[in-house]
Amino acid sequence: MTQEATLQEYEFDAVVIGAGGAGMRAALQLTEAGHKVAMISKVFPTRSHTVAAQGGINAALGNVTEDKWQWHMYDTIKGSDYLGDQDAIEFMCREANQIVRELEHFGVPFSRLENGKIYQRAFGGQSQNYGEKQAKRTCAAADRTGHAILHSLYQQNLRAGTEMFVEHFALDLIIDDDETVCGVLIQNLHDSALKAVWAKHVLLATGGAGQIFRTNSNASINTGDGLGMVQRAGIPLQDMEFWQFHPTGVAGKGMLISEATRGEGGILRNADGEAFMVRYAPKVKELASRDVVARAIAVEVEEGRGCGPQKDHVLLDLTHLPHDVIENRLPGIRDISRTFLGIDPIEAPIPIFPTCHYMMGGIPTNLNGQVVKPDIPYPENRSGQSVDTQIPVPGLYAIGECACVSVHGANRLGGNSLLDIIVFGRKAAQEIGKQLQNNPEIATRPFQHNLNALLQRYQRWLQTSPSESAHDSVFAIAADMQKIMESGCGVFRDHQHMQQTVEQLRQLEQRFAQVQIQDDSAVFNFERCSALELENLLAVAKATACSALAREESRGAHTRVDFSERDDENWLKHSLFYPQNESILFKPVNRQPTQHAPFEPQKRVY
Amino acid sequence: MQILIDRYNPQSDSAPYTQTYHLNDAEVGEDTMLLELLQQLRIQDPTLGFRSSCQEGVCGSDGMNVNGNNCLSCITLVKPLGDKIHIRPLPSFPIIKDLIVDMQLFYDQYKNVEPFLKGDEHLSRDPEHEILQTPEEREKLDGSYECILCACCSSSCPSFWWNPDLFPGPAALLAANRFVIDSRDITTIDRLESLDKAEKAFRCRHIQNCTAACPKGLNPSRAIQGLKHAIVKNRS
Ligand SMILES: Cc1cc2nc3c(=O)[nH]c(=O)nc-3n(C[C@H](O)[C@H](O)[C@H](O)COP(=O)(O)OP(=O)(O)OC[C@H]3O[C@@H](n4cnc5c(N)ncnc54)[C@H](O)[C@@H]3O)c2cc1C
Ligand code: SF4
Ligand code: SF4
Ligand code: FES
Repeated sequence: MTQEATLQEYEFDAVVIGAGGAGMRAALQLTEAGHKVAMISKVFPTRSHTVAAQGGINAALGNVTEDKWQWHMYDTIKGSDYLGDQDAIEFMCREANQIVRELEHFGVPFSRLENGKIYQRAFGGQSQNYGEKQAKRTCAAADRTGHAILHSLYQQNLRAGTEMFVEHFALDLIIDDDETVCGVLIQNLHDSALKAVWAKHVLLATGGAGQIFRTNSNASINTGDGLGMVQRAGIPLQDMEFWQFHPTGVAGKGMLISEATRGEGGILRNADGEAFMVRYAPKVKELASRDVVARAIAVEVEEGRGCGPQKDHVLLDLTHLPHDVIENRLPGIRDISRTFLGIDPIEAPIPIFPTCHYMMGGIPTNLNGQVVKPDIPYPENRSGQSVDTQIPVPGLYAIGECACVSVHGANRLGGNSLLDIIVFGRKAAQEIGKQLQNNPEIATRPFQHNLNALLQRYQRWLQTSPSESAHDSVFAIAADMQKIMESGCGVFRDHQHMQQTVEQLRQLEQRFAQVQIQDDSAVFNFERCSALELENLLAVAKATACSALAREESRGAHTRVDFSERDDENWLKHSLFYPQNESILFKPVNRQPTQHAPFEPQKRVY
Repeated sequence: MQILIDRYNPQSDSAPYTQTYHLNDAEVGEDTMLLELLQQLRIQDPTLGFRSSCQEGVCGSDGMNVNGNNCLSCITLVKPLGDKIHIRPLPSFPIIKDLIVDMQLFYDQYKNVEPFLKGDEHLSRDPEHEILQTPEEREKLDGSYECILCACCSSSCPSFWWNPDLFPGPAALLAANRFVIDSRDITTIDRLESLDKAEKAFRCRHIQNCTAACPKGLNPSRAIQGLKHAIVKNRS
């Protein structure tokens, strides 16, 4: 039997790819509105990486300190190093209060204040009155906020009866000859059955891609699949040079120690026991923006003030905090520290070092979650040019960490991602709902489409090579990629190293074109799944390295040793990477919020 | 060091068998977790099947039975396990492949207890206010809401082994109790009545295997005891 004969087909109004916070919020909205929806996830929904989010979600509820969405907006724009789109940031901050209360109504067990309201803690980069005093804006369920939100959303989807394809892997977007996205090709991991899921609207919510770096805080499933899919569909990726290195990863391992530790009063110390942050951010010290703190730690280590026999980390000291703060507000952190380091933070400080954490860039979208691309036919010939007009890709939406709307610009504030995924999860679903109502007649299944080509592409993974004859492997290429990215595109960057990185990535692409897998099993073929993921990771890595090489300035998390200043005159713009010819186009940053006066770029001091 | 893994590929094996891998002790550090070791083995033998995701004990993907105890491989240190480690899939579930089991019944039981907040209609629609809850009321949820659905508990529960289709099992009952004790939920009586059956809450014999097995340190057995008290009190 050929592949096609065995292909199962389904039809939906909308299909959501991803069951993290973003995907589940969107699916819930669509199901409740009575649409025929499917939610697809390569893991059981509550195993998605939103579950790992610790510290909390931002909203200017003002439960602890006086607060306004306008201040949240200011902080987010400043935190983004002015690269964030001000209309999108304004929208997100204005929605935040309702979004968090809605989550509470969904059952999220937020920690509480004496008056019964949601507990809020301090996080980095938060201020009252446009930079005056520290604000407490991060709504928390102890230090398990992501778990609390993800499980509540899964529970609500159970209640609503959302149809789910669990442990199904999405391979590629199905596109018709008008370049309308009309479905997705997926594979059941249980038996390798391929399925064509036709839909009027396809929503990508596939999360991050931290696995391009060796040391990271991400789940092994965070492989940028949605980004790979859109690149193969000819859609560019935006701002891929901006990766957040979280200041406090467990040294040598990478798992996260939440910013909540510093919000609750934790202090960073170098080998001399000095609380060094005062030298880098005199006013707010430990609670400066993440890019600032991560650089400070890297400099301390670089200049020989690192701790431990290798002098390769610094210490996060919580020992002075009241025990009940650690027990009640930071129990998950205490668990992680005890499990992975054998250290109880009540008794001893935690060795930490920056770890790759979050992708600020991603699939370009507008405020409605619609994927957009420049309104030009041949990007290859236009490398370096700025294109003002962006047009939606019909049928395609993206939300959450895989998307770039862009609310985080060059540096994300802690607590703003959980907000982003829920705000735009709901918004995109509302937009799809509106479209379904306005154009009920669009057919799901077109006459001309690329499905055969997609199936053809997949054929190569049906051939296996016996292990004796294998010279190379998917795992070896992945490990090399992680090393290459870490050495060339880490916290500090320069032209020479990045140029080398790009060349090494090209070699990896060639190795990938040759590599074969050994496992021919149809049941949970993990090696094949890894191969499909690696293809996506390589696309993300390449987009990152090329975009980073092109941007000759330092902004937010993108720190160039050879261009150490921010250059607003030439670089206050988003980059768009096309893999064809590795060309990069630019688009302007939005500075037209609708309710608040625009914020002009200022020097960032904390 | 010897690693024994129970393996089964439904396409080629008629029954599960045990495969032995040998590892150089030097490759295992004081801080090496079992999941890292499995990942190493998979590089050698890409056909080895097991689930994982977060690698830090919060997603619940990698429940397995190691030297007779259920655990999450990602937060289980290798060294203390000794020179001979025997890894089996979670007991009582149908095996799909190697260490990957079919958890459908477990998920169905979870779904059956209606594990979602049913708050006051009016308050739940009010976008301007949260439903208030005192810190004391909220504290009651500690020890229940943290469940990661790894199934280590249910897979060690004799009552669940015998009747996985009837008895909800410790994880589902823990979830049921989590909503019974949530001050915001207004359907407490309905919840208690639906669990007041011989094969529901009262099938639990408090053998406490579940509590011993929970890698997150939760105590389903105690929660079920509380649930039973509430049910009995509700009858009168
Ligand atoms: C350790 C950690 C702590 C964090 N803490 C915070 C915090 O305190 N506050 C905050 O605001 N942010 C935090 N973040 C960031 C935030 O958690 C993430 O950015 C956010 O949860 C991403 O959500 P998502 O829904 O976009 O993606 P995810 O939750 O990653 O979900 C992605 C989904 O896509 C599915 N998927 C992916 N590829 C495929 C495919 N090919 N086929 C089918 N399905 C696929 C996956 O199965 C999964 O269901 C933290 C991040 C980490 C790593
Ligand atoms: S205490 Fe109850 S639920 Fe737990 S293992 Fe025993 S019978 Fe099962
Ligand atoms: S109660 Fe514990 S063992 Fe049982 S599913 Fe939840 S986390 Fe796992
Ligand atoms: S991999 Fe997530 S709990 Fe072990």
